[in-house]
Amino acid sequence: MAPSTSPAADLAPAPGGAPAPAPGPVATTPRARRDGDVVGLGRARAVAFVAPALVLVGVFLVFPAAWTLYLGLLDYSLTGSGAQAPVFVGLGNYTSALSDPAFAKSLYLTLLFVGGSAVLGQNVLGFSLAWYFRAAQRPVRATLSVLVLLAWILPGSVVAFLWQALLDRRNGTLNALIGTTDMAWALDHPMAVIIVFNIWRGTAFSMLLYTAALSTVPRSHLEVARMAGATRWQQLRDVVLPTVKRHILTNTLLITLWTFNDFSPYLLTGGGPNRESEVLPVYIYKEAIIGGHLGYGSAISLLLLLANLVIAVVYVRLLRTREPEAA
Amino acid sequence: MSTVAGQRRSGTGSGTVSGSRSGTGSGPGRGLGAGALRLVAGRSVMYAVVCLLVVFFALPLLWLVLTPFSPTPSYKASLSGFTLANFEDLLANPQTWPSIRNSLVLSVGSSLLVIVLAALAAYALSRVRIPGRDQLLYALLLLSSIVTGTAAMVPIFLMLFQLGLIDRQFGVVLVLSGGLLPAAVFMLKDFVDSIPRSYEESARVFGASPSQILRHVVLPVIRPGMATVGVWALVQVWGNFLVPYVLLSDPSKQPAAVVMYTFYDAGGQPNFALISTFALVYSVPVVVLYLFVNRRYGFAFQGGIKG
Amino acid sequence: MASVTLTGLVKEYPNGVRGVDGVDLQIADGEFFALLGPSGCGKTTLLRTLAGLEAATEGRIDIGDRDVTGFEPGERDVAMVFQDYALFPHMTVTDNIAYPLRIQKVGRDERSARALETAQGLSLAALMERRPAQLSGGQQQRVALARAIACHPQVFLFDEPLSNLDARLRLEARTFLKQLQKSLGVTTVFVTHDQAEALAMADRMAVMDGGRIRQVGTPREVFQRPANTFVANFIGATPMNLLDAQVVGGALDFGGFTLPVPGEGGRASAWPVAEGDKVVYGVRPEYVQCLPAPAEGAARGEVTAVENLGVSVLVTAQAGEQSVRAVVPESDEPALGDTVHLAPSSERVLLYRADGDGELIGR
Repeated sequence: MAPSTSPAADLAPAPGGAPAPAPGPVATTPRARRDGDVVGLGRARAVAFVAPALVLVGVFLVFPAAWTLYLGLLDYSLTGSGAQAPVFVGLGNYTSALSDPAFAKSLYLTLLFVGGSAVLGQNVLGFSLAWYFRAAQRPVRATLSVLVLLAWILPGSVVAFLWQALLDRRNGTLNALIGTTDMAWALDHPMAVIIVFNIWRGTAFSMLLYTAALSTVPRSHLEVARMAGATRWQQLRDVVLPTVKRHILTNTLLITLWTFNDFSPYLLTGGGPNRESEVLPVYIYKEAIIGGHLGYGSAISLLLLLANLVIAVVYVRLLRTREPEAA
Repeated sequence: MSTVAGQRRSGTGSGTVSGSRSGTGSGPGRGLGAGALRLVAGRSVMYAVVCLLVVFFALPLLWLVLTPFSPTPSYKASLSGFTLANFEDLLANPQTWPSIRNSLVLSVGSSLLVIVLAALAAYALSRVRIPGRDQLLYALLLLSSIVTGTAAMVPIFLMLFQLGLIDRQFGVVLVLSGGLLPAAVFMLKDFVDSIPRSYEESARVFGASPSQILRHVVLPVIRPGMATVGVWALVQVWGNFLVPYVLLSDPSKQPAAVVMYTFYDAGGQPNFALISTFALVYSVPVVVLYLFVNRRYGFAFQGGIKG
Repeated sequence: MASVTLTGLVKEYPNGVRGVDGVDLQIADGEFFALLGPSGCGKTTLLRTLAGLEAATEGRIDIGDRDVTGFEPGERDVAMVFQDYALFPHMTVTDNIAYPLRIQKVGRDERSARALETAQGLSLAALMERRPAQLSGGQQQRVALARAIACHPQVFLFDEPLSNLDARLRLEARTFLKQLQKSLGVTTVFVTHDQAEALAMADRMAVMDGGRIRQVGTPREVFQRPANTFVANFIGATPMNLLDAQVVGGALDFGGFTLPVPGEGGRASAWPVAEGDKVVYGVRPEYVQCLPAPAEGAARGEVTAVENLGVSVLVTAQAGEQSVRAVVPESDEPALGDTVHLAPSSERVLLYRADGDGELIGR
């Protein structure tokens, strides 16, 4: 570029999709330019283009979410008196949920499930795999990553059956392998089973995300650390982790969100035995759809939605503050 | 982590030099022997861990690969022979084809709906400054993450009940599309954003009308993005269990994901011949399509209703 | 073929920023006209407003004898080559070149024939069935040119068409483009940030800054007599020496040394400057001699940097409070720390006002 003699704002078109930087004195100019309605669609037609998608999302996603709020205030049931004339009970569902030991237990189990399988399990295993793959031999890396990916992409109902087969009391592969007989894993250690299951099922995402993240660590940074005599562990701590900090946060939030809402434990243990593995989604399903307490189920759904909202807001904030990367 | 470090060392080169660099005080007094020993030890531990992981991830999959071909299918994953008889059972079962067809109807229907609506919305959102656009996208991104099938199960069920759409595949298509659309719009808008405006500008300077620009330039250029999002939607719906499970009760309308759970005999014992073959047949398209998406698009945003 | 006339052209964005701020310009029929300026100066905005891709806020655009101000881009009879070429990735070279003809509803056979004819002139005939992704950068650039040529426009608009080529190819393309323009005789507006490109190719050029035109002229005029300090600073392979000075006692006081006012007999009265005026003394380093011994009209300085330019050497010397650059033959290269005597050749010196826009004083 020519000597930068002009302090004027840069009006040249920015062809890349440089994320809009935080509002500043100069930053606003390129944006106006980039929003050219080249085709000449016009606002009216643009709105017409967006409307069908918005209607569908509104009716089948926003409206149900809002309705959850309302239902949670009713004594609404599929059967009995509550089905004919739901009574407005205000915050009754919420207070009874919060004082219900079954709910408290479900919440505790959910936290255990999320913390153990996602925050710790998938996160650490995914990162370790990504880190290991950087220097692993090709056949080893290919084999392992294909297996991890398969666990992730197979349909949920197939996967659930695979695990039933794995853990079966009499003929299960696991019992056959480690020589235990008559060990009913899903009954004796239900929480351990669903945690290990979810690590198996979901590690692929963290692995992919961290593989992408680690490839953004500049080789030269690692080389500088190596020339300074840093050990592998020091390189990891001082160079790699600070660079991928944001990815770690993103990953943790996303897998937390998904695990929080994961219904697949139901397919493995059915929430049992004796509610020993009844995480919140299963609890809602049992209360609302099976038990018919729609109002109560909605109240808990709303608590779930609120938790989702908190996680999602943190996540989106994070996305928006991401610094523009070098073009 | 020390095991990882050991492996990394061995990866960088021929043992001795990198071994003596290993940071934990390998002064000049120490011989190469100690370094090499540590290297071998680290490597062995590493390989043990890797083997363990391979077994861990492969073990559940064994059943899917072996049982469909076993003459005596059960929970046991073993190769006690080879037969294709189980597949004959599957073909003979009256529920097989209708359920696969239902899966196709649901996933292709939702996928087409999502592609068309998302492409229209994404293009307009990317190219026209609609008031409140940024807030709208923000809200869509939030929605796609927070309103999950699990959390909105009750009101969706009630709403479809009121609309008379319970037990109708059309209702399931609408619900699933509504759930997938925010993420689809988001992915496609990203794609459209990455397309230089100069394509459209160029056509416009040559005198093309808006509809000509859309047909000649925009549509062909964003087609790969649409294909990717379409396949993504297809895979999501194909594997979805919860929504059709809750919304469809007529077995003749249920998709494969749900029907698989009805292959039990009178005594509550699973019909292994059917389930194992069905699981395999049902999984293959997902894996193939995933490979297709991955080649086309690489690893990208993953959101929407899962499970 | 047509001339282009811009009258009082303003392009203001909704946020109040003016990309083009009152431009009057006349481009003659068949002229190769360059718009030059640093990034963000508004040159691309001006070109896009001319193309109709941006609507003018105020002012008027005439192409030939038509007022096209409110016209759609397609109605202006112009063709544009974009910086990234904007070749449609899903179309072959033939289809890309023939696209304007397709819009004009020319039959398929005829447009293929015309595309081929145009392509032959640009040595693209062997590539007609390829897609843009299968072409090199230089080939893509020529396809973009062919597409612009194929629709026989009144005016070509080029938006930095050479900036995506590597250095060697850019030199070839420069020569080629200029020859092509001369043989076609089509009025051409060419946007570039590279002053060497503008100087080499243009019949006339405009230097822009902050949405305004700072100087219009032939490359020679712009190079030899920059109209203001902005242009003086912007044009030239090595930036012009621009030294702050004050008229004291009929001579120029630079703070630490004085030099005579250049021109006839060194009299300040030859210039419309008064005693006490602050001025900027401009002289290109190529016109500063570096003498080993004191001389009349030379300033004494100490060499602080020596940069090799190939056949010559760029010497930077500290004279009083001023840093002065001079280009000297490599045989006369001084050593770092040497004392030298810097003598500007007085007929090449330009004086600018130190205030306002730094306009050229006199003559």
